[in-house]
Amino acid sequence: MDGIMSKNNSEYLIERNDNIYEVVIGLEVHAQVTSNSKLFSSSSTKFGAEPNTQVSLVDAAFPGMLPVINEYCVKQAIKTGIGLKAKINNKSVFDRKNYFYADLPQGYQISQYKYPIVGEGNVILDMPEGQKQVGIERLHLEQDAGKSIHDIDPSNTLVDLNRSGVALMEIVSKPDLRSPDEVNIYIKKLRSIMRYLGTCDGNMQEGSLRADVNVSVRLKGSKELGTRCEIKNVNSIKFMQMAIIYEANRQVDLIEEGEEIDQETRLFDTKKNETRSMRSKEDAHDYRYFPDPDLLPLEITDEFIDQLKSEIPELPDDKKKRFIDEFKISPYEATILVSDIDTAKYFEEVVAKMGKNRDMKLAVNWITGELFAVLNNKNIEIAHSPISAKNLAKLINLIKNGTISGKIAKTVFELMMDGDIDPQIIVEEKGLKQQSDPKALEALIDKIINDNREKAIEYKQGKEKLFGFFVGQAMKVSGGKANPQLINEILKKKL
Amino acid sequence: MTIDLKTVKHISKLARISLEEKKAEKLADDMNSIFEFIEKLNELKTENVDPLTSIAETTLRFRDDKITSDNIREKILKNSPEKNDDFFVVPKVVE
Amino acid sequence: MTEITSLSLFELIKNIKEKKISSNEVTKSFVDRSQKSKKLNTYVTENFENCLKLSKEFDNKPNFDLKLPGIPIAVKDLFCTNEVRTTAGSNILNNFVPGYESTVTQNIWNEGGILLGKLNCDEFAMGSSNETSFFGNVQNPIAKDLVPGGSSGGSSSALAANLTPVTIGTDTGGSIRQPASFTGTVGLKPTYGSCSRYGIVAFASSLDQAGPMSKDVKDSSILLEVISSFDKKDSTSIDFKRNNYSSELTRNIKGIKIGIPKEYRVDGMPGEIENLWKKGIEYAKDCGAEIIDISLPHTSYALPTYYIVAPAEASSNLARYDGVKYGLRSSGESLIDMYEKTRSEGFGEEVKRRIMIGTYVLSSGYYDAYYLKAQKVRQLIKKDFDDAYNKVDAILTPSTPSSAFKIGEKSNDPVSMYLNDIFTVPVNLAGLPGISIPAGRDKNNYPLGLQIIGKPFDEQTVLNIAYSMEEKINYKNNITDWWME
Ligand SMILES: [Mg+2]
Ligand SMILES: [Zn+2]
Repeated sequence: MDGIMSKNNSEYLIERNDNIYEVVIGLEVHAQVTSNSKLFSSSSTKFGAEPNTQVSLVDAAFPGMLPVINEYCVKQAIKTGIGLKAKINNKSVFDRKNYFYADLPQGYQISQYKYPIVGEGNVILDMPEGQKQVGIERLHLEQDAGKSIHDIDPSNTLVDLNRSGVALMEIVSKPDLRSPDEVNIYIKKLRSIMRYLGTCDGNMQEGSLRADVNVSVRLKGSKELGTRCEIKNVNSIKFMQMAIIYEANRQVDLIEEGEEIDQETRLFDTKKNETRSMRSKEDAHDYRYFPDPDLLPLEITDEFIDQLKSEIPELPDDKKKRFIDEFKISPYEATILVSDIDTAKYFEEVVAKMGKNRDMKLAVNWITGELFAVLNNKNIEIAHSPISAKNLAKLINLIKNGTISGKIAKTVFELMMDGDIDPQIIVEEKGLKQQSDPKALEALIDKIINDNREKAIEYKQGKEKLFGFFVGQAMKVSGGKANPQLINEILKKKL
Repeated sequence: MTIDLKTVKHISKLARISLEEKKAEKLADDMNSIFEFIEKLNELKTENVDPLTSIAETTLRFRDDKITSDNIREKILKNSPEKNDDFFVVPKVVE
Repeated sequence: MTEITSLSLFELIKNIKEKKISSNEVTKSFVDRSQKSKKLNTYVTENFENCLKLSKEFDNKPNFDLKLPGIPIAVKDLFCTNEVRTTAGSNILNNFVPGYESTVTQNIWNEGGILLGKLNCDEFAMGSSNETSFFGNVQNPIAKDLVPGGSSGGSSSALAANLTPVTIGTDTGGSIRQPASFTGTVGLKPTYGSCSRYGIVAFASSLDQAGPMSKDVKDSSILLEVISSFDKKDSTSIDFKRNNYSSELTRNIKGIKIGIPKEYRVDGMPGEIENLWKKGIEYAKDCGAEIIDISLPHTSYALPTYYIVAPAEASSNLARYDGVKYGLRSSGESLIDMYEKTRSEGFGEEVKRRIMIGTYVLSSGYYDAYYLKAQKVRQLIKKDFDDAYNKVDAILTPSTPSSAFKIGEKSNDPVSMYLNDIFTVPVNLAGLPGISIPAGRDKNNYPLGLQIIGKPFDEQTVLNIAYSMEEKINYKNNITDWWME
């Protein structure tokens, strides 16, 4: 039988004529460094400016212009390296990668080739099947290119150099990924780490995170790597996954037909959902890398690195561990809460604001349940949540101390969204306070039992299901405000 | 070692310089005589020598992360042989 | 009084400061003489009108505290000058008008200098005879149809012909010292990192240095003091304590140790050069210097190393000339076609040749054999000098293996042209300061120069030795003004 067999998320297997193939994936992620100014020039990196308004003489490669390196970008790269548990190299070298293109004003890109600033490291993926470690080969600093625009002028290509010279970190993974799902988790984890560190905003719509995807296939069980194809510059996780699936199947088909796979660079056509070979095949690239003579080797002392280490915040893996230990929440819940720095921040603020008598279960449920649903629906980032952590904590405390029931809390929650209103005020103004006075509740229950004598007898005769009916009646009569726990206790006593 | 016509053409392609056949032949001759003279370096054993990458004996100086250049679009586009108000203009590129 | 244009920079400054002559008078003299000297083809772009205007402004509000008070100065056309066309001697930059100023020229204007014009040079400074310029050959004022050397050939010619009191050039493999030697003038290449490369059209980044060219050593010391500065805009600029070169200039060099490297006695060196060198050694002794024989064993490898390193860097530095942002553009059917036509039509033969060599030595499969090898040999060459400087304070050699040759004599044989720089190239590879001073004449009465090479950042010693020897040599150019209209 032919087909795709996906036993789990961690492998993507293709079956053809009784041969089972696995896909092997490595990523070269280009992450834009968060900084005010560019890597080698002092023009702004701000997204969305008018074309060619953030271009200095250096960025446009005017004669006699020279690069001067931005210290902050170096620090950002080192911090990211620390976040990837990688070796930071005391000495690295900037090379020129020579090629001609309309959006490459210098005729070369300043990059790091032989001696990158960051060496080997690793990233832990939390897969449903358990944790998986993905190796990082290296991280290096390089310049971004400008932008060629093909769709404004029908007969020409237009060039905008605003991006030209913006600092990028190229993070190269080992070929350790085995499925589109792993790629998804890997990219999200990288993004998460960099957002914790503040080194890259991870905004894929704005192109802050793009990847070249290296795909090869091999018979499952084989140790050798197949011939790989590099799919250039894919800018969303979804497209990466689609490209991988298309490409892996294309390669398997070729192998099954007895054909060779050419090692080549390909493009992913998002409209046709297919990869295709890039045109400029005839003059295969020869980048003629050599050390940039305008720059000296980048030398970094251990003190410099140690200083940066001391500035590293708690990262997702450590935070997760701490959440499990300190807050006694499940690994699954912790994974969700730490995956994004703003979520983690929100959660921790809720926990802090809940005070001594905190209820973790309630906090987790309200954030990952009600709040996430609202944010998802309205497509809002948690950093801009319509309900502040402080007020959500208050709401949780109102539930916890019995002022309102969970059900009423949902009503209050809805009302809070209209301008982050203090739940206490809502409860008071709308009179939603839970009835927890045992005497009043006893009277209320006496009346219900009186009104439903027959059912009470049936219950006493063993029709236990009817207990729920009485609870429902009590809640109904009280307008949902009766304390359900007390109702239970009193009902048990009276019936 | 000799540099043949095919190599000269390949290199000219990499360097983005178009070459007429006649010029290519002359260039091949010139390059061969220059490389003959360069080959003298092969007399030296250099396995244990560190390459000299920079003659300036200092380390790379850092710049502060400050924006000090403004919008100079007009100045940037002024010298361009083909442009419009906003962009550099090049022949249509098909990817 | 002698003609204004034949005065030294030092004398001009003195006269201006003493209010004996005005900046405008000085400027007028140089403009007049320059206008009568078009046959030399030294200027690519004249800035005469503006220079006269600025000299008047100076005279109206003179500032005599400046180091170059109201002095008109023409510069090599490799320095970007704000709103004044800068061509680098190339068709590809024929119409390029930068909106910025090189640090070195800015330093000159800051001290009261006024731009007189932009001087011809070999295209992108690639050449030793000024014959590769898109703007044509430059005549050496010494004799008709004689090359002025290169690449700073317009500078050396204008200087020797008294069209500018001093000038600046750039030196990648000898481009200041060799033309100085060919024209009987003084040219100094400072230590790599002394003068900022910001705003200088790049040829080979790890070798390029700007430097002064003048009629005597004292003038070079004055100009060096102005142009040498630490510049944050150039990552290879070095922050060291710079001397007040002109006020610290002295002829007291007693006990200074001068090395004579035996490897500079090359095969086929003309007897005249050998004799010049011998005489130079005697002069140095007369000045009180101690002469010591030294060895720079890798000297003969310098030129092959240079012809890998310089073209490699150049091939990359010149990639920016692609018809998109500035300069010439030829029309093409596609982007690649446009690039290839632009660069083919925009660059001259020598530049193309060097781009080709550079592209080749960096290309896949050849990097280790050529570029890496050259970097290793460069290390050995540098070490030769380091070792020598354990024993001596400076080194004395001839500047060039021959005197100036006729226009067209070597232009068809690149290798023999390259051999011109055999004595100057090692100095660039090692990043050292070196000066060429006129020291004698050959059988045709053409000038010959001697080179003094110093320790890194020790320009002062180089200048002091040159200053002392200059007095003993007592060389004078006897120019006949044969070209004047
Ligand atoms: Mg890639
Ligand atoms: Zn990259």
